[in-house]
Amino acid sequence: MDKSEIDKIAKLARLRVSSADANEVTARIGEILAMIDQMQAVDTEGVEPLAHPLDAVLRLRADEVTEVDHRDELLALAPASENGLYLVPKVIE
Amino acid sequence: MLHLTVTELSAALSRGEFSSVELTRMFLDRINLLNPALNAYITVCEESALAAAAAADQARVRGDVRPLLGIPVAHKDIFCTRGLRTTCGSRILRDFLPPYDACVVEKLRQAGAVMLGKTNMDEFAMGSSNETSFFGKVGNPFDTGRVPGGSSGGSAAAVAAGLCPMATGTDTGGSIRQPASFCGITGFKPSYGRVSRWGMIAFASSLDQAGTLTKTAADAALMMQAMAGLDPRDSTSVDRPVEDYTGELGSSLAGLRVGVPRPHFAEGLSPGVEQGVREALAELERAGASLIDIDLPNNHLSVPAYYVVAPAEASANLSRYDGVRYGYRCEEPADLEDLYTRTRSEGFGDEVKRRILVGTYALSAGYYDAYYRKAQRIRRLIRQDFISAFEQVDVIAGPTSPHVAFPHGAKADPVEMYLEDIFTIAVNLAGLPGISIPAGFEEGMPFGLQIIGPDFGEARILNVARQFQQLTDWHKRLPVSTAGES
Repeated sequence: MDKSEIDKIAKLARLRVSSADANEVTARIGEILAMIDQMQAVDTEGVEPLAHPLDAVLRLRADEVTEVDHRDELLALAPASENGLYLVPKVIE
Repeated sequence: MLHLTVTELSAALSRGEFSSVELTRMFLDRINLLNPALNAYITVCEESALAAAAAADQARVRGDVRPLLGIPVAHKDIFCTRGLRTTCGSRILRDFLPPYDACVVEKLRQAGAVMLGKTNMDEFAMGSSNETSFFGKVGNPFDTGRVPGGSSGGSAAAVAAGLCPMATGTDTGGSIRQPASFCGITGFKPSYGRVSRWGMIAFASSLDQAGTLTKTAADAALMMQAMAGLDPRDSTSVDRPVEDYTGELGSSLAGLRVGVPRPHFAEGLSPGVEQGVREALAELERAGASLIDIDLPNNHLSVPAYYVVAPAEASANLSRYDGVRYGYRCEEPADLEDLYTRTRSEGFGDEVKRRILVGTYALSAGYYDAYYRKAQRIRRLIRQDFISAFEQVDVIAGPTSPHVAFPHGAKADPVEMYLEDIFTIAVNLAGLPGISIPAGFEEGMPFGLQIIGPDFGEARILNVARQFQQLTDWHKRLPVSTAGES
């Protein structure tokens, strides 16, 4: 893992790694990945991946409206809203 | 009333020895006195607590006898509380006022419990020392220069210091059991799916589980009786009858087969903890249990596999914090990309960012099979180890943590911090229930015995823990700073 790879991952994660922190972050992530890489020595051929500890299939519910309208309450939490809409910086000039 | 257990408080309230208002007032006064030094609470809700206590007292007059009626409780600040700030230990949620209550909060309120406030925690529950909180470090009541453990460090410190008689927590890789061990209290993590995750801010959804921090296993049983059960709002909540946890506490340990995992007594375990845990196991043996050595051959892979699965799920879960719908937003964003990127970079702390980066990497194109799939395959091997072990034993017991609480700032290296959870993480990967109960002291600091059960073996491990606490008094040793008062 080098700095350019960290930059690429940070961009995907919508995070910024400042140039002052880049060396430290790169080193730390490298150490974590090295620890994780102990996995690679294990033969897992034919082992089914475990996504849910009990191998359970998620319950489905009836396709019915059960939620009441919380629109005003939820919009009140937004840093910026107007006329029932969330506000973000202009996307199209 | 300060050092009474929930069970004892419940009896005293029903005898009319004191009222819930008096009890609640006493805890609020303690919080005012001791919280500045401990920093166990992020938010205290004095007014609503006293109102809820008064309502509980009135209900009692009308004949309500529910066991948690009028008992104060503290909630980890990861549980949404309607209209009460819920921060998850993060700057990005520092002013967040949830529009609804978490299922756990709802259920405990319906059981009559009185919420005192919200406890400190590692940011987004990512940490083993409570030092990643945006709201500052927490002192261990046994030595305020040491960590309380994490991530439910505020809840553990609050119970240990007598700032509440019971608290909620969450455990993704050891976040209830390890702080319980460090603070000399009882920490219980149920099976995955036993308690609803609805309204519990998500970290790693296939691992997260809510549980309890109390003085005793009997108290954990009382809380669990109120918290467990199916919740249709959480699709992973289990549709399975809730056992009678309190009713099974009295069973004898005669004939119980206790598995002792060899890898939990390997290098790195401090000598004092090893000796104490071996003595605790001997105590179980004297009570009629038999000890059987077992192997968990893939245990050493649990930390590596966890640090793929948990960060991967966290990177997806935490993508919701974008500065648009709720939470922190950066000043003067230049454009939409800048809004997302700067909000997240300013709002998250270093450890959370590290885990998002690791998780994003593990899920990114070209690496998915080598990391995420691989970790999920190892996760199955780890679960199979437990399934095989439970063919020959009823419970598994060993140390909760390799050592006692360490000083603040002692573990600056992330990988070293991750290895703190070497005995607890596999339990989460396998979805099993586990409990940590006080089992001794080293250097004046407490450490815990961890008891692990098979799937939905909650009642069994609570029973074993309760029987151990009938035979020992480790759980009654108080930190000096909080002793000497009634």
